[in-house]
Amino acid sequence: MDKDKRNINYNIYVESKVPKTRAWPSLIKAFILGGTICAIGQGFFDMYTYFFPNLSESEVSTCMLMSIIFITCLLTGIGVYDVIGAWGGAGSVIPITGFSNSISSPAIEFKKEGIIYGICVKMFTIAGPVIVCGVVGSIVCGFIGYFV
Amino acid sequence: MINIWDYVISFLVGGFICFLAQILVIRTKITTARILVLFLIIGMILEVFNIYAPFKEFAKAGATVPIIGFGASLARGAMLAAKEDGIIGIFTGGLTASAGGIAMAIFASFIFALIFSSKTKRGGH
Repeated sequence: MDKDKRNINYNIYVESKVPKTRAWPSLIKAFILGGTICAIGQGFFDMYTYFFPNLSESEVSTCMLMSIIFITCLLTGIGVYDVIGAWGGAGSVIPITGFSNSISSPAIEFKKEGIIYGICVKMFTIAGPVIVCGVVGSIVCGFIGYFV
Repeated sequence: MINIWDYVISFLVGGFICFLAQILVIRTKITTARILVLFLIIGMILEVFNIYAPFKEFAKAGATVPIIGFGASLARGAMLAAKEDGIIGIFTGGLTASAGGIAMAIFASFIFALIFSSKTKRGGH
């Protein structure tokens, strides 16, 4: 049985075919994209602070995040965010836009499988773990806040 | 009143967080879901140890826009509600604080999924 040998050869073959991410350019692109998204967020923050001076800082933050999330879903819908994501790598994942894209992208992708089993189920394939860990973690933090 | 420094620091800090994430992606080939969860938990840990508030004061949107800010708002909401409302607050606080973002993400995704179709699938026909 030369199964092991074949597996090793196959792994070497895969390794040679996988596109190499050149380190420095992709790091700089991630930096630029991530930074730009955060600067746009700051722009929304200043805009809402200016137009709605009654809102508290956390409410303005929520409005800012909701605006960015909405725009990202729209960009995913028209197919622009995929292009941005392919360029910027982790720069498109780590900002809240990555969370929003991870919900809207499978929702649009699996539309063909119907509204319930397509859109509603597949919506949470990537965002599910984020929400589950978020809720479980927040409850743990809640206990810490309660007893400490 | 628009402070240019806010934009510069948002750009630099937000960019640096994505830079660190990209290093992880290159080194470990980590998947999107794992990297989101990892940074979410980092945000929660920063909030629990009271590091996030001064960090946010310093970095502005550079701290709130990355998923770290989402984790921190979940943790902060739960901790504040636990102090104010007791046991029930432990369970309601986190999602209450982050409800806006989650609701908008789900709502907008649902609406746009109804309106738009996948570009890659359409090209195949």
